[in-house]
Amino acid sequence: MNLSNLLKIALKALNNNKLRCFLTMLGIIIGVASVITMLAIGQGSKNSIKAQISEMGSNMIMIHPGNMQRGGVRQSADDMQTLEVADYEALQTLPGIAAISPSVNSGGQFVNGNNNYPSTVYGITPDYLDIRKLKVKDGAMFTDQDIKSAAKVCILGKTVVDNLFPGGEDPVGRVVRFGKIPLTVIGVLESKGTNSMGQDQDDVVLAPYTTVMKRVLAIDYIQGIFASAVNEDETEETIEAITEMLRTRHKLKEDADDDFQIRSQQELSEMMNSTSDMMTVLLACIAGISLLVGGIGIMNIMYVSVTERTREIGLRMSIGARGIDILSQFLIEAVIISVTGGVIGILVGVLASWLVTVIAHWPVYIQMYSVGLSFAVCTITGVFFGWYPAKKASNLDPIEAIRYE
Amino acid sequence: MSENKEIIRVEKLRREFIVGGEKVKALRGVSFTIREGEFVTIMGTSGSGKSTLLNLLGCLDTPTSGEYVLDGVSVQSMSKNQRAVTRNRKIGFVFQNYNLLPKTTSIENVELPLLYNSSVSAKERRERAVRALEAVGLQERLYHKSNQMSGGQQQRVAIARALVNDPVIILADEATGNLDTRTSFSILTLFQDLHARGRTIIFVTHNPELAEYSSRNIVLRDGKVVSDTCNPFPKSAREAYEALPKDND
Repeated sequence: MNLSNLLKIALKALNNNKLRCFLTMLGIIIGVASVITMLAIGQGSKNSIKAQISEMGSNMIMIHPGNMQRGGVRQSADDMQTLEVADYEALQTLPGIAAISPSVNSGGQFVNGNNNYPSTVYGITPDYLDIRKLKVKDGAMFTDQDIKSAAKVCILGKTVVDNLFPGGEDPVGRVVRFGKIPLTVIGVLESKGTNSMGQDQDDVVLAPYTTVMKRVLAIDYIQGIFASAVNEDETEETIEAITEMLRTRHKLKEDADDDFQIRSQQELSEMMNSTSDMMTVLLACIAGISLLVGGIGIMNIMYVSVTERTREIGLRMSIGARGIDILSQFLIEAVIISVTGGVIGILVGVLASWLVTVIAHWPVYIQMYSVGLSFAVCTITGVFFGWYPAKKASNLDPIEAIRYE
Repeated sequence: MSENKEIIRVEKLRREFIVGGEKVKALRGVSFTIREGEFVTIMGTSGSGKSTLLNLLGCLDTPTSGEYVLDGVSVQSMSKNQRAVTRNRKIGFVFQNYNLLPKTTSIENVELPLLYNSSVSAKERRERAVRALEAVGLQERLYHKSNQMSGGQQQRVAIARALVNDPVIILADEATGNLDTRTSFSILTLFQDLHARGRTIIFVTHNPELAEYSSRNIVLRDGKVVSDTCNPFPKSAREAYEALPKDND
């Protein structure tokens, strides 16, 4: 029995039963395609969350006042005045810190002629741009000199520009009013769009922190400090160094709680990752179940279709097919169906993932392992359950097989 | 006829089955010899052991004891695969219910045994299949599918399939059992023609009428041969066929 005859026999048998063949393949196609698509959606959203987090600023460390009590009454963070400009200046000297900026902010109405828009002015230093991954598109950033003199200048985010200058004129050099204070626009930020939390990252106005402290809020403390570590691995150590320095400066006793809070981007990204990990697990569960259901479907139809061909097997054996010939024929049929189904399943899965991006605008990312895994599981199931009943049938007595009803 | 080559020799053939813990003796010592060119009918009622005997003669089954020599080779000692090859090269089967592959053309059905014989090339396979179909009078229906043909035509395809490997013996199991009288006689005529051309045929049936058309008749009862008679002047199936009233409706 040579291989080309076997192939011929198997192909003829498949050709004679196109519908059965197609239905078997359908089980495999759906199994493979659903697993690939589900995992692609899961991985895609995970990747996009990751990208958005790193866009918000890498290695960022946020220091806020916190945990202060006055006569047993805990204070809200806004009222706390534990962080000072001096703290910021001291932290500048720490070796693990790449950039650092104090932060004070105030919400209010910005006015330009007939147009007004509510936004928030952030008082910061030029380092803030590095920390938050911001860029000045038009004009220039303010200088240290502006900070020293508490200059009445500001940088506008795109959303603020759109609302205050709806005509499209160049805002640089113009004067906008924030409350009663006139601020000269010296630059416009490059647009960053919304972040993963849905916040508009362009709805900001930047100004020297001294300007906001002295002219807007009239306070002598700062509301927070933003810093960035030299690299992600050193974030942890840098946080420890900051904690130590601030505790010393604030003269906290050994057993006293910190009067400030430090949060890092790393924590945030870990939190986000665990959320999206959970989603991936969920999707993998769904995919696993569809793989299982698909596998059982393949199993059933393969088993039934081979069993219903017992008489054919009997006939083939009576005219001289050996057990091995029968087994090879059914194995070839199962392999052809399973592999073709698997390949079509991969194509359908890729197509479906693509449609999800195009129609639903969900980010997808197809992972090689999901392709390999689903293909392997479906194909192996298909081949096994094509092989097993054929093995049984080829061991039958030809007489029994040919009389099988 | 006795000088002809020995095709089948069985001696004291016994076959026992265990059914539901009970031993059933289907054959209790059957002996006979069939020579080349004989047309033998094996008759018996159901339970006489004729199906069991046919399975043994067709190398589909092995006897519990006794000897079976087919074309000079002892089947007794053959492995399962060797028996499959023997079926492929030396035996042609014709079944009661035709057992053609569904949705498959006549020529592909006839080619089937040769597909399991790798020494036959594709070209030779096709030629032999065409010749076999011509021999059964189906040269006009080479590419008809099995489900587009009548019972008689399907049985002719099955006979062509049995002929295609040029077997030493054709084994027919109630080959006319599913057919009406008219078609039965036309199939029987075909068997007689094949016999006239030198084929050795064993025809298993429960219908005593058919014995009159064969050259030898073996009757089985309860697993034993009760009569073995030669029939030097078999009736012509063609005459019987032509004597039948034709369907005019």
